[in-house]
Amino acid sequence: MEKSEYLDLYHQMVLIRRVEERAAELYQQGKIGGFLHLYIGQEAVSTGLISARRPEDHIITAYRDHGVAINAGISAREVMAELLGKATGISKGKGGSMHMADVTKHYWGGHAVVGAHLPVAAGLALGDQYQKHNTVTLCMFGDGATNIGYFHEALNLSMVWKLPVLWVCENNMYGMGTSVERASAVHEIRQKAEGYGMPNARIDGMSLMEVREAALKYFEQVRKEGPFFLEIMTYRYRGHSMGDPERYRKSEEVKKWQEEDPIGIYNKYLTENNIASKNELDDIHTRVEAEVTDAVEFAESSPEPGPEALFEHIYVEE
Amino acid sequence: MAKITMREAISQALWEEMERDERVFIMGEEVGVWGGTYAVTKGFYDHFGGERVRDTPISEAAIIGAGIGAAMVGLRPVTEIMTINFAFSAFDHIVNEAAKFHYMFGGQIKVPMVIRTVGGGGRQLGATHSQTPDAIFAHFPGLKVVAPGTPEDAKGLLKAAIRSDDPILFIEHATLYQSRSEVPEGDYTVPIGVSKVQRQGKDVTIISYSKMLEISMRAAEQLSKEGIEAEIVDLRTLRPLDMGPVIESFKKTNRAVVVEEGWKSYGVGAEVAARIYEEAFDYLDAPVKRVAQKEVPLPYNRALEQMALPQVEDVILAVKEVM
Repeated sequence: MEKSEYLDLYHQMVLIRRVEERAAELYQQGKIGGFLHLYIGQEAVSTGLISARRPEDHIITAYRDHGVAINAGISAREVMAELLGKATGISKGKGGSMHMADVTKHYWGGHAVVGAHLPVAAGLALGDQYQKHNTVTLCMFGDGATNIGYFHEALNLSMVWKLPVLWVCENNMYGMGTSVERASAVHEIRQKAEGYGMPNARIDGMSLMEVREAALKYFEQVRKEGPFFLEIMTYRYRGHSMGDPERYRKSEEVKKWQEEDPIGIYNKYLTENNIASKNELDDIHTRVEAEVTDAVEFAESSPEPGPEALFEHIYVEE
Repeated sequence: MAKITMREAISQALWEEMERDERVFIMGEEVGVWGGTYAVTKGFYDHFGGERVRDTPISEAAIIGAGIGAAMVGLRPVTEIMTINFAFSAFDHIVNEAAKFHYMFGGQIKVPMVIRTVGGGGRQLGATHSQTPDAIFAHFPGLKVVAPGTPEDAKGLLKAAIRSDDPILFIEHATLYQSRSEVPEGDYTVPIGVSKVQRQGKDVTIISYSKMLEISMRAAEQLSKEGIEAEIVDLRTLRPLDMGPVIESFKKTNRAVVVEEGWKSYGVGAEVAARIYEEAFDYLDAPVKRVAQKEVPLPYNRALEQMALPQVEDVILAVKEVM
């Protein structure tokens, strides 16, 4: 990677973190409605994965999607405006936190029904296979999604038809408040792929470089040989959504994982390997502050969708 | 014009659209090597090959989910759910995904997918294989629901559905595959969301669709012998519902009977009757009557099953009640 690329990835992670911290504040002020599932703590996962894709490769994920949206190339402005439900939001204010997509960037959303986007991901890959495109679909989901039928139907179909999907389970150890141990018959999620004869691996998701390295390898493997299952161990520092009492885990556990902060790890990696100086990284933080402030101002000053938007886009053909 | 069966009409529509557009492909259980559970896709596998006539696992959520994904990236999948009773296994993908994506993502995503499926009772298949849950699916904005009653409409509507950019649930009736009608030669489409007067009359308006269109036509013939001329409006599409021909006919006859195969409660008849009350109250000469399935899970025993399903006599009785 060029130095600028290393710095760009650092910028993406810090931007996700700060956009979400500001979003949490705006949520507390009542400016963001509905649910708000923060990705804080998991930034290295999507940043590493998406840094390894070709621009034409598809991305689809679950409802914890702000980070993925930013990594896919959606601007902080459009993300923030969508959170505030504005007409300038990436989904025109009709999707909200859980439903952000940008089809021009081959990013197909943000999906809020647990596991339901997995068969859709198989379909994206089927579309590519049918049209003889040499593209890969990256499908991300949480550990909780691996207990629902859709997961199993999608994995099976992808193997039967050798569909080019990189299945990525972001194992943050809890499906809402229920730990993997209490919800899944196998505690190492990747074992589930064995039932479909699918090659698989389990990696650390707090290290951006480890995620990226694995992603580069497995994107190409999928492109040549078909589906692969990658379990990435990670941790969310915040609750499941806003207003989560977090009775299901101890604060010591959260603290322990915060010591493994993916941004801190990457910061250290960049400075210790003399890729970037402390000043250069500090500059990125300063730049991100300005970017996030601009995004919030843009979102707050943007117009609400007009009443005509209510009946728009129910059908393509009325 | 040639007289062909419903099965042939649907088969022709699929064949012609696949010949016309390479993006069209079929995906479902037993659609390929087997030739279709109802033999609609017989011969397709040999002609078009396994890439375009795809046998799937018994995996309804995957069939519809994958159809959605393939449609999103520009294909025109015709997915098949063997019977509408199995559509519940893919309910989430039909109503929560296919029907929502275009709206929810601000118009960015299109899902040009057809879901072909088969509904209806009368074949002694018991409670889980004989249902008519059309109204449930028609409840959801974002989905279009089509249910033809004649071969001519089936062919034209299916071709229109395949060419449409919206997700469409296309409900065929299990006991109509052998029914025959004249079908225009060559390529034609029938517009989705347009009701049609299938029989002219002046005394009463019967509103119906799918298999119950046939039942209503037979009732109308008998009523005619008694001097009652029924006008029959075929809804053809349940969503979006075209009330134009219904209201126009009702304003002439001032009496209406709605005939559906599904249960009466919260059904198509309830919707149509309410719309008549809302849109043409001043023209009412009698309460709108509903003929529908008895409120029971459909039983296996032939006599009991027929008791539960709407019959020609039920329609005649209802018409006489509003006269």
